Amino acid sequence: MKIVVCIKQVPDTTVIKINPVTGTLIRDGVPSIMNPDDKGGLEMALQLKDQYGAHVTVITMGPPQADAILREAYAMGADEAILLTGREFGGADTLATSHTIAAALKNLEYDLIIAGRQAIDGDTAQVGPQIAEHLGLPQISYVAGLEYKDGKFVVKKETEEGYQMLEVAGPVLLTALASGFKARYMNVAGIVDAFDKPVAVWGVEKVDLPVEMLGLKGSGTKVYKSFTKGVKAAGEVHEVDAEQAVGLIVSKLKEKFII
Amino acid sequence: MNKNVYVFAEQREGVIQPVALELIGKARDLADVLGDKVVAIFAGHNIADQANELIAYGADDVIVVDAPELKDYVTEQYTQAVYQVITAMNPDIVLFGATTIGRDLAPRLSARLEKGLTADCTKLEISDGSDPKLAARKLMMTRPAFGGNLMATIVAAKDGVQMATVRPGVMQKKEKDASRKGNIIPFNVVFDSSKFAVKLLETVKAEKGLVDITEAKVLVSGGRGVGNKENFEKLTALAGVLGGEVSSSRAMVDAGVMDHDRQVGQTGKTVRPDLYLACGISGAIQHLAGMEESELIIAINKDKFAPIFQVADLGIVGDANKIVPMLTERLAKEIKK
Repeated sequence: MKIVVCIKQVPDTTVIKINPVTGTLIRDGVPSIMNPDDKGGLEMALQLKDQYGAHVTVITMGPPQADAILREAYAMGADEAILLTGREFGGADTLATSHTIAAALKNLEYDLIIAGRQAIDGDTAQVGPQIAEHLGLPQISYVAGLEYKDGKFVVKKETEEGYQMLEVAGPVLLTALASGFKARYMNVAGIVDAFDKPVAVWGVEKVDLPVEMLGLKGSGTKVYKSFTKGVKAAGEVHEVDAEQAVGLIVSKLKEKFII
Repeated sequence: MNKNVYVFAEQREGVIQPVALELIGKARDLADVLGDKVVAIFAGHNIADQANELIAYGADDVIVVDAPELKDYVTEQYTQAVYQVITAMNPDIVLFGATTIGRDLAPRLSARLEKGLTADCTKLEISDGSDPKLAARKLMMTRPAFGGNLMATIVAAKDGVQMATVRPGVMQKKEKDASRKGNIIPFNVVFDSSKFAVKLLETVKAEKGLVDITEAKVLVSGGRGVGNKENFEKLTALAGVLGGEVSSSRAMVDAGVMDHDRQVGQTGKTVRPDLYLACGISGAIQHLAGMEESELIIAINKDKFAPIFQVADLGIVGDANKIVPMLTERLAKEIKK
């Protein structure tokens, strides 16, 4: 089985802070990590490899420093790594990104493509399904588990009410939930070897699309403005004993007609 | 010329989802600014009798796509149906709920239509043309990015349909008006079943209580400061007196004290109850992103520098585990009066 996993390097958004004076994001010192759902997706691929044997290729689109997550993927057990990088790809929204990655994937053979459900920097959950459409593949998103039986994937998809079981034959694109696939640790020998393994660097020559479909030019949306949230005018804060606190809360609830 | 504001009116097992009515409410505001109509796309099987419900909440037209292929949501079947409606009708705007269905369907459509899509919007407005950089009558889609640390207003970069998904619980539905009149328009879809590669084997509902905290008018929410299951029982008692539900911060979900479906915040649910009572929640930005639109926020926390106090209408510096039982007792008496 040939599996390709799409991964992304993202800033760890849980440690980003806002500069209270300028109101801008403080990016210095924020670690870059492999996006958690993508790591879940890689784990899904490696579990299939463990059980049935598979060749697992990881691909990422990003700046040269995204090489780091490809090394991490090697150390977890990936067999091949591709860095898709180029100035032409910059400023892309999900539509342009998905076109670029889909076009690059056309250079590869696959029975299964896996992407993370969403990336923590954008939280859009769009690129996986968009790649599937561009490649004419069926998709199942929010995947929390799967089995491979008689040439078919039996997939557990999480929903708001519970889950669904779905069946599909490859080639197919699945988007993975980190919660469904607890990623293994890098093994020590793997970490050492990872730095010697080759990472293929692909540029725009591997993307057979008109340049107007890439990057900022190929985007279906644009950022009109961005801003940090104005903090709501703070209300009253009281340091009082428990008895008085109860009194304050009860009168506020009466004032606002909650009781 | 593209016209009208469309809403994908999500139903599950024939039940119209609350987010569909919320989106119709917002679409009503947008369409009124544009002088256009609100059109609901209502897809499913044996659902036509419910189209009037969508009109009662603000739709002018309901396009009903009724077909056995659409009985359950499967990506390709629904993509074909909604794609055919959009290409036939040329809507100006289409809104989807940011649910596991909307977030599966909308990107697929965006790629098939070659149009942009903005995810998980929290605010939608129509531009008035006052800014020379942005034409009038464009949809301005505002959403959180970087884990809620930054807000971005996105606009479509291409002509044609403008599409967005909106998180459940963010927009407000209109008052139901059963006397509203509208048009119910059947729409016939021609399916290409050769593309139906995914087979639904079964749909399983989780056993745990199907509590939807986005529907609650009152939420008593607990965080790290509440700590354990025993103390959460105290919150449950208070919620009971107030006719509300218990919710929680991510910390308590990660600790296994609360289920994920009760989590408020960026990776949980967005809520806007009449009262949000935050107990022992410090108020990480990811949490605030999910609850700061609540009508009234009361926070109890031991740390007087906790960020939750910056969004609270009333803040109490103190121990929630001590105050909550006293408050429950007092409210029980007050409400009896």
